[in-house]
Amino acid sequence: MDALDLSRWQFGITTVYHFIFVPITIGLSALVAGLQTAWVRTGKEHYLRATKFWGKLFLINFAIGVVTGIVQEFQFGMNWSNYSRFVGDVFGAPLAMEGLLAFFLESTFLGLWIFGWDRLPKRVHLATIWTASIGTMLSAYFILAANSWMQHPVGWRMGAGRAELTSIGAVLTQKTTLVTVPHTLTACFLTAGALLLAVSAWHLRKGHQEEVFRPSLRLGAWVVLIAGLGVLITGDVQARVMTEQQPMKMAAAEALYETTGSASFSVFTIGSLDGKEEVWSVRIPSLLSFMATGGPSGTVEGINDLQAESEQKYGPGDYTPIVPVTYWSFRLMIGFGGLAMLVALLTLWSNRGERRPKGRWLWIAGVTTVAMPLLANSFGWIFTEMGRQPWTVFGLFKTAGSGSPSVSTGEAATGLIVLTVLYGILAVIEVGLFLKYAGAGAPEIPAPTDEADRPLAFAY
Amino acid sequence: MDLTTVWFLLIAVLWAGYFLLEGFDFGVGILLPFVGRDDRSRRLAINTIGPVWDGNEVWLLVAGGATFAAFPEWYATLFSGFFLPLLIILVSLIVRGVAFEYRGKRAGATWKKRWDVAIFVGSLLPAILWGVAFGNILRGVPIDANHEYVGGFVNLLNPYALLGGLTTLALCTLHGAVFLALKTDGPMREQAGQIAETMALVSVPIAAAFLVWTGITHGDGWGIALSAAAAIALVTAIPLTRARREGWAFAATGATLLLAVAALFVTLFPDVMPSTLGAAYSLTVHNASSTPYTLKVMTWVAVFFTPIVLSYQGWTYWIFRKRLTLSDIPA
Repeated sequence: MDALDLSRWQFGITTVYHFIFVPITIGLSALVAGLQTAWVRTGKEHYLRATKFWGKLFLINFAIGVVTGIVQEFQFGMNWSNYSRFVGDVFGAPLAMEGLLAFFLESTFLGLWIFGWDRLPKRVHLATIWTASIGTMLSAYFILAANSWMQHPVGWRMGAGRAELTSIGAVLTQKTTLVTVPHTLTACFLTAGALLLAVSAWHLRKGHQEEVFRPSLRLGAWVVLIAGLGVLITGDVQARVMTEQQPMKMAAAEALYETTGSASFSVFTIGSLDGKEEVWSVRIPSLLSFMATGGPSGTVEGINDLQAESEQKYGPGDYTPIVPVTYWSFRLMIGFGGLAMLVALLTLWSNRGERRPKGRWLWIAGVTTVAMPLLANSFGWIFTEMGRQPWTVFGLFKTAGSGSPSVSTGEAATGLIVLTVLYGILAVIEVGLFLKYAGAGAPEIPAPTDEADRPLAFAY
Repeated sequence: MDLTTVWFLLIAVLWAGYFLLEGFDFGVGILLPFVGRDDRSRRLAINTIGPVWDGNEVWLLVAGGATFAAFPEWYATLFSGFFLPLLIILVSLIVRGVAFEYRGKRAGATWKKRWDVAIFVGSLLPAILWGVAFGNILRGVPIDANHEYVGGFVNLLNPYALLGGLTTLALCTLHGAVFLALKTDGPMREQAGQIAETMALVSVPIAAAFLVWTGITHGDGWGIALSAAAAIALVTAIPLTRARREGWAFAATGATLLLAVAALFVTLFPDVMPSTLGAAYSLTVHNASSTPYTLKVMTWVAVFFTPIVLSYQGWTYWIFRKRLTLSDIPA
């Protein structure tokens, strides 16, 4: 492997790892803020206990999300300097805005939230978690605007050897950004909802703290369902935008080699290793045409035609992404997301009114829900980034030319190994802590003591 | 004023803010093994920076992002050229950030001890390496016609840059000691005061050597004037720490860092990364910058949002202005 391959692995690993924690942070901050709002408005203690319980799990996740975010920003310059030189004029702006408008907000107000329980008036303290939560969503918006520009460059012109920004408005409000942001944000809520559902199911199966975990279970399941619906709808819109802007990605998602009218969607395919020949598949008629064009008989372009078109447009080269990767990541993204929704639906049904599920299987399914959106999110990113290959900026700048000429293979390998090992160690520690605090259940709220001699409720 | 100059100044301001703020929380991390006799006192030290360290670190992220947006060539050359030191800094910041959050999440002594080491090392290495990095930027590094750094890793470990690293280490430690004395009461205030006194004395010769070396090799009027002002601020800190006037001492060490960063950037200007292979290859505010349109957009964003950020960060410091003592830390 050369420095470029190593950098690609590092980027992929860092991005997927970062995005395990980010959706939990985004979704859970809002849910914790909601629970705290319920407490402030009703004064009911179980809401406060739920706020503190989920808040702790939120913070355990937030820590790793933040620190891996620093790697994300730095590795553009470290491993991808040619890319940075080429796109800095356009891509740097949303990135810098993310820092100034979002990072400051989330980290400052989260500090206020963690340490402000005793120092701030109740409502001001509540406002701090909402502000931090809004910060995380703003952050998602700006970084997705930057990513959307890589998927579909707008508002730029070719300058002296680099892309130059001509309209920041176009970059911040283009269609790609506007469909990607709600798709990703709803997926974040789906993830956080599944976390609530899973941890609550675990406690309820053991009969622990019904007063805290029963409402949390329902909240989680409802969030999974509603957010899931949002993910579906936005995903559908996004698929059409993608077909229009990156037809190759859609064709690769379906391993569709020949241009077809009224194309079917294969749920499952076993084919030859290069994905070019199909041995056996399960198909839903016309669904692919519907996903891609919005009509059952719309024509979907195949890989072979698109490859020929691209060669004509961009010169000779391989413009087909790795088909098995796009094909399976696309299905696994949809499949795991759908599975989480199914479990949520069953959970709500079997817990309606005062009912409890009879067997233990549903509880077990509930506990495993936590993994499903995480997997769906990861496969979603793998799909969207791998499906764009060979481009870093679609139609404009290739991955092959994006690396850092001054970084040696040894340096790139060191970076990859060090970061991967570190991520691995942190994952073990994180999961350990997460299980410890999830298993401990919601804290009892101590009776208020005399203001003067009470120690501060420190988190550290 | 040219917008490229405005952005050069803004990036200088971001770095100055970063050293002013994260400077003291690095210092507190470095002093952790020395001021904390037991777990409770170490927690006291950590909690002085607890509510603010994360917000402080964002100054670095914004400095990085702003460099990417305003001077992409500089960002690309610097970050790829200084690959290994930046990797060490990244790893340090990762383990340090996680350590603050995770240290208290389990009871075991070994658990806490390991995270204490992470906080110490994670604070120590960036405090040195940022100085080494800036030392190298000032000194100039081999950059070729394509703006690529061609020097390798060992090239970065020259005496001048290492002295730069020692200087930032000394200044951050001093700044952190003064901050600890300012933010605590009781035995820790006394202990931190004594360390600050020593560190003030230790810092002067180190910083003076670095400033004189810089003055001789890069002597330019404003740079020398600002360096001299930084030196005066640092010397002023000595009697102030001795008199235990912590607020004033903190102002003095803060001013030292601000003036030192200002001196550094003024000395650099209009280069952002001079090349030792020939002045024509140097990166300057002109050949490394974004287009006027991007700079204009970014300027409006900065003009509008910087005051907002400053006011809520300032508010945070005001909210947590009370001195802490051991009795504030739950057993």
